Amino acid sequence: MSLGADLIRFTASETAAAISAGEVSAVEVAQAHLDRIAAVDGRVHAFLHVDTEGALEAAAAVDASRAAGERLSPLAGVPLALKDVLTQRGIPTTCGSRILEGWRPPYDSTVTARLKAAGVVILGKTNMDEFAMGSSTEHSAYGPTHNPWDLDRIPGGSGGGSAAALAAFEAPLAIGTDTGGSIRQPAAVTGTVGVKPTYGGVSRFGLVALASSLDQAGPCARTVLDTALLHATIAGHDPLDSTSADVPVPDVVAAALRADVRGMRIGVVKELSGEGYQAGVRQRFDESVAILTELGAEVVEVACPNFPYALAAYYLILPSEASSNLAKFDGVRFGLRVGEDDGSPSIEQVMGRTRAAGFGPEVIRRIMLGTYALSSGYYDAYYGQAQKVRTLIARDFAAAFEKVDVLISPTAPTTAFKLGEKLDDPVAMYLNDIATIPANLAGTPGMSLPVGLAPEDGLPVGLQIMAPAMADDRLYNVGAALEAALLRQWGHPILQEAPSL
Amino acid sequence: MSDTPSITRDDVASLARLARIDLAPDTLDHYAEQLAQILGAVAQVSEVAADDIPPMSHPLPLVNVFREDVVRPGLSNAEALSGAPSVESDRFRVPRILDEE
Repeated sequence: MSLGADLIRFTASETAAAISAGEVSAVEVAQAHLDRIAAVDGRVHAFLHVDTEGALEAAAAVDASRAAGERLSPLAGVPLALKDVLTQRGIPTTCGSRILEGWRPPYDSTVTARLKAAGVVILGKTNMDEFAMGSSTEHSAYGPTHNPWDLDRIPGGSGGGSAAALAAFEAPLAIGTDTGGSIRQPAAVTGTVGVKPTYGGVSRFGLVALASSLDQAGPCARTVLDTALLHATIAGHDPLDSTSADVPVPDVVAAALRADVRGMRIGVVKELSGEGYQAGVRQRFDESVAILTELGAEVVEVACPNFPYALAAYYLILPSEASSNLAKFDGVRFGLRVGEDDGSPSIEQVMGRTRAAGFGPEVIRRIMLGTYALSSGYYDAYYGQAQKVRTLIARDFAAAFEKVDVLISPTAPTTAFKLGEKLDDPVAMYLNDIATIPANLAGTPGMSLPVGLAPEDGLPVGLQIMAPAMADDRLYNVGAALEAALLRQWGHPILQEAPSL
Repeated sequence: MSDTPSITRDDVASLARLARIDLAPDTLDHYAEQLAQILGAVAQVSEVAADDIPPMSHPLPLVNVFREDVVRPGLSNAEALSGAPSVESDRFRVPRILDEE
């Protein structure tokens, strides 16, 4: 194997250590990943934009720092794939939409700024469902991303590009955003790790908003420890985001290194199991429960009686917030403007034509649904009632966390489905997020990590861990313990079983 | 709940108008069918007895978050206008804002 072929399979922590020790340069690492992208991304389509020049410059700066004897930060020189919903100064940011095609933001999101300050090398922007509305990346205006495990299948969504980039060895780190599962569900169906931090744990400044009370950016990687290192790099209070939590970041890296569940109480959510979950998903989940018990945790079943209503509440709250957030795409300050050609149209006419041309069908459906739910006469029955259900779901979590330290469930009810299978059936598509949505409504953190392949189709299965707000470290402790036990059982990382591209 | 309001073609046209989306007439029926399906699914929220439950708009109970009242760097005029589809005299240029009648 060539050096480049080895470099793309290193974990982020191994890569950082090799750069820091001078065994390899950051430029060599960046080039190896750019070469990999050039070789496979025509088939995977994880990236909407590859910033070759910027990546090599950032890598060269890390090498120069090292040569000058400066102390490198823990992820210096490690390449990363950035979801195209976060701004990066001067780099196209489309959110997977035609309405922002060609927009080059004049500022960095806080996540981007922190990555740059840590010497992380941003390779490019990853594909996503338009404005993060979807569970398959098929709602991207630029065409879907393909799952590296089977190119005919979905990579999950909305952050399918970020997850596929990890699974295809195009980057060892990625940033996702999770409004209803858009980090965790793609992680589950690609055999990778993803964490939605506690709401307010990572700044939303420069994250193009979908639903402001639900959106949360977070780390994605191929191992629990790498995910923790990235989490520690991007998290923390930001005065530029008024909803950023002004509290210390939990020590997620120490938790990932601890990896010890002895004496912990772990709750299996009764309502997130059984009917509707694929047999192989249930099997791998049950095996993981047995492993956690063997490792010394006490596993019990916990009821969260209002969780079955989470999906319905979410699909009222999200569209309501989205219809308001997306009103800014008016063809005036940024992005597309069409329909000025005939005579002297009014701004309202131009706005209507621009939004019809610039938004795809799922965005239009959700904007109209939100407009409906917020309209006079329906507000109390829909939006108001959904907000009350949201309270009940938060109370279910609070009651559960009085009995157990963390909750677990399958991340998604099925493995990756075929591209096109659910594209024109919105309700079937929405059901993919049935297990991930409750944490967004309550603002609590969640992780997905791979726990095996479903015997019936050979595709990855994810397990979700959920913790109380600001106890993100528990996700990493439990996740790392389970990951280590599974690695001992398998003898190799799960992605080694993915077909070579 | 069984009394899910049905969504007609005219309802969709009216919602699209409110949302400033100039939908093609031949798409209205399909959107009406899909919105009715989605509303049928989300109407489940009304099955929950929640009259005395306070609504939750946000996971963090935050009020009046202010920053220090000091000048800090922001976007330059040119940066703020850099993404605009049309610019004139250092300002966003917009189509006419009044109706003709």
